[in-house]
Amino acid sequence: MAKKTAAIVGSGNIGTDLMFKIMRRSTNVEVKYMIGVDPKSDGLARAARLGITTSAEGVDWLLAQDELPDFVFECTSAKAHEANAPKYKAAGIHAIDLTPAAVGPYLAPVVNLETLTDTMNVNMITCAGQATTPIVAAVSSVVEVEYAEIVASIASKSAGPGTRANVDEFTETTAKALEVVGGAKRGKAIIIINPVEPPMMMRNTIYCMIPAEAAAPGATQDAIRTAIDAAAASIRDYVPGYALRLEPQFEEAREDWGGFGRVGIWVQVAGAADYLPEYAGNLDIITAAATRTADLLSDKIDAARTIALAN
Amino acid sequence: MTAPMNTTFDIRLTDTTLRDGSHAMSHQFTEEHVRSVVRALDDSRVEVIEVTHGDGLGGSSFNYGFSKTPELDLIKAAVDEAKQAKIAVLMLPGLGTIHDLNQAYDAGASVARIATHCTEADVSIQHFQHARKLGMETVGFLMLSHRVSPAELAVQARIMADAGCQCVYVVDSAGALILDDVSDRVAALVAELGDDAQVGFHGHQNMSFGVANSVFAVRAGAKQIDGTLMALGAGAGNSPTEVLAAAFDRLDIKTGVDIQGVMAAAEDVVKPFITRMPVMDRASIMQGYAGVYSSFLIHAERAAERYGVPAYRILEEIGKAGYVGGQEDMIVDVAVQLAAAR
Repeated sequence: MAKKTAAIVGSGNIGTDLMFKIMRRSTNVEVKYMIGVDPKSDGLARAARLGITTSAEGVDWLLAQDELPDFVFECTSAKAHEANAPKYKAAGIHAIDLTPAAVGPYLAPVVNLETLTDTMNVNMITCAGQATTPIVAAVSSVVEVEYAEIVASIASKSAGPGTRANVDEFTETTAKALEVVGGAKRGKAIIIINPVEPPMMMRNTIYCMIPAEAAAPGATQDAIRTAIDAAAASIRDYVPGYALRLEPQFEEAREDWGGFGRVGIWVQVAGAADYLPEYAGNLDIITAAATRTADLLSDKIDAARTIALAN
Repeated sequence: MTAPMNTTFDIRLTDTTLRDGSHAMSHQFTEEHVRSVVRALDDSRVEVIEVTHGDGLGGSSFNYGFSKTPELDLIKAAVDEAKQAKIAVLMLPGLGTIHDLNQAYDAGASVARIATHCTEADVSIQHFQHARKLGMETVGFLMLSHRVSPAELAVQARIMADAGCQCVYVVDSAGALILDDVSDRVAALVAELGDDAQVGFHGHQNMSFGVANSVFAVRAGAKQIDGTLMALGAGAGNSPTEVLAAAFDRLDIKTGVDIQGVMAAAEDVVKPFITRMPVMDRASIMQGYAGVYSSFLIHAERAAERYGVPAYRILEEIGKAGYVGGQEDMIVDVAVQLAAAR
């Protein structure tokens, strides 16, 4: 079947990285439009050079075109997406939201794409959410996770103005997704911005509070290890630089942990350097997840059409 | 925009035994600890007392250690006990949130101290604006101030002041600054901020300079100085409040604090409950020398025990890697790599 078309709305770091990601790595989708608000933006200039139709006149320009895209990737801000979402919906365009607006359900493609019924608008959580919720979901698939806590460290150079102006939104959204997507009873997220030179690669540490017997050596612990490895491998499928820094570290139950034990998982995300350099794994993991989501949704849409035609 | 300027005294001492000291106590403070310390400090006319988890609001966690008593209960107890002192809370954007700040305010805290790494002040803008909207007094913490030049630090101080911060602190989180390092930074901030905000200094004892650095800070124009009773705090501990009070008195720098009172508070109230005396040992000296965030100490000691590598070596590597406050999770990673390299 012909490739589906996409518009990227927002021509900053994320939108530009996403444009390269889709052009180089998507199997089912091509970028038709790149929309910004600043005619001088680097992202729009790059898109134009690559033969993509660009406009600095915002979403209303896009929606006035004769040929509307199948997908729109929202790379603006939560506030902008809240305003745009109803317009996309009315136009019958699938929205993949890379802001923390959460108009649609949280989505980590390796965890819950299959179980979502309404996919007209899906939310990609945050970069840390993409890096950590699949691991928490893996642990949850074996034992009950009483509490999950993650620490995401990103290079100062990769933290854009949007992230900086809204750190609370970032931690709150990520924490919520540890519960909704990861399956933990309670979630907490911490973000650290580090300015060291050369810039540090994105790191994520994931702690899960688990039953005492799972924290002690045995079959349950082995099953948790296997589930974590499998989750990491399936993320590596679309983010090749996703790696466990060390073996998961199990710590036996402690009284000050309410009689629970803990498993800790240390992850590094090296970016594919499609736009920003390798250290910006935080950019990479969310744009790669969005690209994968569009590819999988394309398959779903085509499958649904085939069934409809057969009937 | 300036903080309510105290015209009676030359400087204001803020005691943070019940916040920075929380690190040394592995966050096991009880309501009784808080009440007894606040009572003693309040009676000694210390004007500001900080009470929070060592890592600030929301710090209770796997990464930093869980609080024995919820910090809001401790804040409420402090507010209840204080007759004249203001109760301050610390928050680090990225860990604590505006929601946490609202709860602390509702519990009666009236000073918001908002901390960022010394190059990342812009993450605190929304929090300063909100704190001012609540009517709280504001203090900004530029942590690990040794990592950047005085001029760069002043640029970051300006960001905080423009966001509504009334006093920007040069925070020597690693106890790495030595004398002129402090005066140069304080002077740069004073020159930048002028009448827009005051300048403060928060010192650690890792290389034994906490009190001397505080004197240098005041001579360079600092108006707010932090200390803790008995030096209870992260790393080798903080500038001791009782020594600061005595030293400033000898130098004729007026603090308004009752010196006998704070000496008694340290000796009779705090010393009996300390489970681990702050000490300049190999690991904590290394923190000052290598420029490592002081609260990493106890976590490094735990990792040292578990992975069989010395704590000072872990901290040395942490310094080389340039990790910043809050990255306690990197300690295990470094320890495992060191153990594997043996």
